[in-house]
Amino acid sequence: MAMAMTMAVKRLGTRFLISKRELSNSTFNEQKKNPQEGKLVNLFSAINQALHIALETDPRAYVFGEDVSFGGVFRCTTGLADRFGKQRVFNTPLCEQGIVGFGVGLAAMGNRAIAEIQFADYIYPAFDQIVNEAAKFRYRSGNQFNCGGLTIRSPYGAVGHGGHYHSQSPEAFFCHVPGLKVVIPRSPKQAKGLLLACIRDPNPVVFFEPKWLYRLAVEEVPEHDYMLPLSQAEVIRHGSDITLVGWGAQLSVMEDACADAAKDGISCELIDLRTLIPWDKETVESSVRKTGRLLVSHEAPVTGGFGAEISASITERCFLRLEAPVSRICGLDTPFPLVFEPFYLPTKNMILDAIKATVNY
Amino acid sequence: MAMNRIVSSSSSISNLHLLRSLSQPLLRRPFSSHADDDKTILTVETSVPFTGHRCEPPSRSIETTPKELLSFFKDMALMRRMEIAADSLYKAKLIRGFCHLYDGQEAVSVGMEAAITKKDCIITAYRDHCIYLGRGGTLVEAFAELMGRKGGCSKGKGGSMHFYKKDSGFYGGHGIVGAQIPLGVGLAFAQKYSKDNTVTFALYGDGAANQGQLFEALNIAALWDLPAILVCENNHYGMGTAEWRAAKSPAYYKRGDYVPGLKVDGMDALAVKQACKFAKEHALKNGPIILEMDTYRYHGHSMSDPGSTYRTRDEITGVRQERDPLERIRKLVLSHDLATAAELKDIEKIFRKQVDDAIAEAKESPMPDPPELFTNVYVKGFGVEAYGPDRKEVRSILP
Repeated sequence: MAMAMTMAVKRLGTRFLISKRELSNSTFNEQKKNPQEGKLVNLFSAINQALHIALETDPRAYVFGEDVSFGGVFRCTTGLADRFGKQRVFNTPLCEQGIVGFGVGLAAMGNRAIAEIQFADYIYPAFDQIVNEAAKFRYRSGNQFNCGGLTIRSPYGAVGHGGHYHSQSPEAFFCHVPGLKVVIPRSPKQAKGLLLACIRDPNPVVFFEPKWLYRLAVEEVPEHDYMLPLSQAEVIRHGSDITLVGWGAQLSVMEDACADAAKDGISCELIDLRTLIPWDKETVESSVRKTGRLLVSHEAPVTGGFGAEISASITERCFLRLEAPVSRICGLDTPFPLVFEPFYLPTKNMILDAIKATVNY
Repeated sequence: MAMNRIVSSSSSISNLHLLRSLSQPLLRRPFSSHADDDKTILTVETSVPFTGHRCEPPSRSIETTPKELLSFFKDMALMRRMEIAADSLYKAKLIRGFCHLYDGQEAVSVGMEAAITKKDCIITAYRDHCIYLGRGGTLVEAFAELMGRKGGCSKGKGGSMHFYKKDSGFYGGHGIVGAQIPLGVGLAFAQKYSKDNTVTFALYGDGAANQGQLFEALNIAALWDLPAILVCENNHYGMGTAEWRAAKSPAYYKRGDYVPGLKVDGMDALAVKQACKFAKEHALKNGPIILEMDTYRYHGHSMSDPGSTYRTRDEITGVRQERDPLERIRKLVLSHDLATAAELKDIEKIFRKQVDDAIAEAKESPMPDPPELFTNVYVKGFGVEAYGPDRKEVRSILP
């Protein structure tokens, strides 16, 4: 009884936290509020913290996937099985379609199913379950049933030596599906807040984690339970000459390009989209209205990548304001290569050249 | 050696006999003649009998020849040496990405090759270096591909997991677990049309045995009587997960239900040969069959897995001592007097040198040219355009 009470109070408390967060649009305020809070942790530890909190606060939350019990191949699920037991944190056999289908069913009974797909490259056997089952469940049952408790976490993106099947960025496939949410964090602090928000969001969410940043990104992450708003982009660098939009690990490459461009006197505004669908068109639009130029960058191949959607939408909304065509600096239209990875990926210099070309159009 | 045996025997051999044998050359038959001898029939019993599911298992007694035994030894020794060399290359960062080693499982590849022709197709998952060698691939091509060089079998674009050899029916090397099984059944379908009495061996692991697509493919193969042989290389661990934790029924040869199956000791090359021969005959007459090869890998799942967190070192050394495929053939060769221990050691030394030479040659091979990044995405001539970074000035239209 007492347990239930404290948990209900905790949930109330977190709701307050959400509404506060929704008002502020940038990280600056958050950092000033809690400057001393949090320890330096990397991405997989932040995600681990989020999962611990999610399982702690909701007794009907479950984490499952291939090899999650011992901690997972990226250590995101360490300690969960020991703390919450094998009934709540368990391994599945090697069958992605089965994992997601199972998750949809579990969520349909009102549980929070946190499924892990070991690498985003392996998500395709589960594609049917995600697109045809998870995304449409609420719609086709007239809101009688839903699988909103489903969150699918998966490491995505280039890692330096991943080759064809350990480096893909499949976010664009899922952005094409109404009924799903796609969220991609850029840093440990963002990841923890966004993941908790995804788990608690009453819609099925696909949460892609940039695997390159698992160890590389280190940030001060508050230890308490906090959430960051979904469908809200964040301006992480203010500028006036050109707007850059990206997500995940690519943002650090773009930040380097912005810093270099600043040396040439170009003031860049950098936006982290955070949620890819439904995406925050207003923030990007108001930024482009200010600067008049847009550049989108992502690792996935350029044709049909999510940059195309952003480009089309912004062109529709801001056509007369645009000073130059929307530039997309993305991966090439080839399978993700093995030895050619440095040629394939959109690098800082490519972005820098595009910034200059767009500004001088 | 023959002399000693005669001298030490206690039976009453007449002096005449002794004299006669003394007058013959005292040298035993040289090793090289054994290596060519495919007339003498040796009968060997497998370590364990076969277990059948919905089929009558073949006999435990297998006929072989000195030539075959020696070739088994040589092939397996070369494969073993190659995998160990690949291990060092990976640690020296000359091989990057992923590298899944096959040492311990060589008997499956070697035994299978002995039972089939190069017109039969083999398709497997990512643990494919030795299968490639078995299908006739060269060491240089293998190492060059591992290091991502132009001289590799897939021109450096595939890497460790994507070895292919078209002219000997090796359809690769696949990274996605289980995806090769429906492909293999498709190959069998094509073979049925070509009516040339060939079959397809689709290899997969105990981890992939729980994939839905396997059962879909199996159903189709059984429905249409396709000459497909599904071979489960059961090394008991799917990455780090033991088979009993992943499968309700780890008797993979029975998982086909209505499809017959055979359980084979995968560390015994002769048993593998017998089973594959049996399976080929079965598949050509009656449709699909599942072979479960009970085998073991000494290395971890891949080079980033030490292989000791989910199993004890005692287990690994135990298997190495009791069931090592190379040692089994070595014992057979020695007991049948086909070579001396010293000769076998010499062979291994020669192979060591061959592998080192191949690595040196592979290192000379250059990296693929940058335009190769764009080739073979589509058929040549159907145009992929690449843009320079600013997308306005540099446009190269590729072949």
